[in-house]
Amino acid sequence: MQDQTDQLLRRILTDVLGLKDGLAENFTPDTGLFGHLPELDSMAVAGLLTEMEDRLDIVIEDDDIDGEMLETYGGLLAFAEAKRSGS
Amino acid sequence: MTPLGWPNPLPGGASAEEYAIAFDRGRERRLLIVPALFDEANRMRRFSLEVMRRLDASGIDSVLPDLPGTNESLEQLETQSIGSWCSAVAAAVQFFGATHVLAIRGGCLLMPQGVPGWLYAPAKGGSILRQMLRARSLASREAGREESREGLTTLALTDGIELAGYRIGPQLFVDLEHAEAPEREGLTLVEQGLVGGAGLWLRAEPGESREQADALAAVLAIGMQS
Repeated sequence: MQDQTDQLLRRILTDVLGLKDGLAENFTPDTGLFGHLPELDSMAVAGLLTEMEDRLDIVIEDDDIDGEMLETYGGLLAFAEAKRSGS
Repeated sequence: MTPLGWPNPLPGGASAEEYAIAFDRGRERRLLIVPALFDEANRMRRFSLEVMRRLDASGIDSVLPDLPGTNESLEQLETQSIGSWCSAVAAAVQFFGATHVLAIRGGCLLMPQGVPGWLYAPAKGGSILRQMLRARSLASREAGREESREGLTTLALTDGIELAGYRIGPQLFVDLEHAEAPEREGLTLVEQGLVGGAGLWLRAEPGESREQADALAAVLAIGMQS
């Protein structure tokens, strides 16, 4: 499940950021997202979260969202994994 | 490709000039495209034009009209509703003599009656609003303000609301909350899987895909034969 979440999340970021195939494989836990990539503005992040809900089959509440989880790939992945395991 | 004007009848008998972009050589097969809504309209515009170029080469006329209150329109977005947009789409279908309609994403909520066509990756009105409300909450939080979705919805229903730079009036907000694409004979659902790859409306920055434009144009051209 963890590996699968990782792969799905890389795929979602590839689609949202329009990355070339395979480029998201280079993301590390420290890769910067919101606040680091100019194209990831609030509308794009909203789209990203909606897509995560659809493809990872999770529900994201407003209260779940904080700057830390959006700041790096590692933060976002940890959030997605926690959501998928039901916490 | 030419810019055209078309008259959109308004309640009370007047009409407003709206803009459209068209490949119109007076041919028999004529497709009208209902654009996606709000932010997605920008992200899907180039793709729409790419599909229109391919249809032109296949002997099919096409037109992409502005919805009142969007793009070049001089009407106020705030006073629009699903009803005013549907009546504008119907007027455009009649004015251009469209034989078929392609509706994209939120545009599927405005699918006119009486013309066969395609619903490309239809979006529910509620999902469109939810994403825009979420974008507003995120932006507010960045600015150090807390705005709950409930609070924003109450505001939207009384005074209207600005979401992602779009001024949405109470009527349009209410209409969108429960709007879904129609299902009926003559309408074909085109899911993203058929077009291939990831939908271009997902892109943070508007992108393009030759393969996707080829695929959708082929679906349309085959469907418009006979």
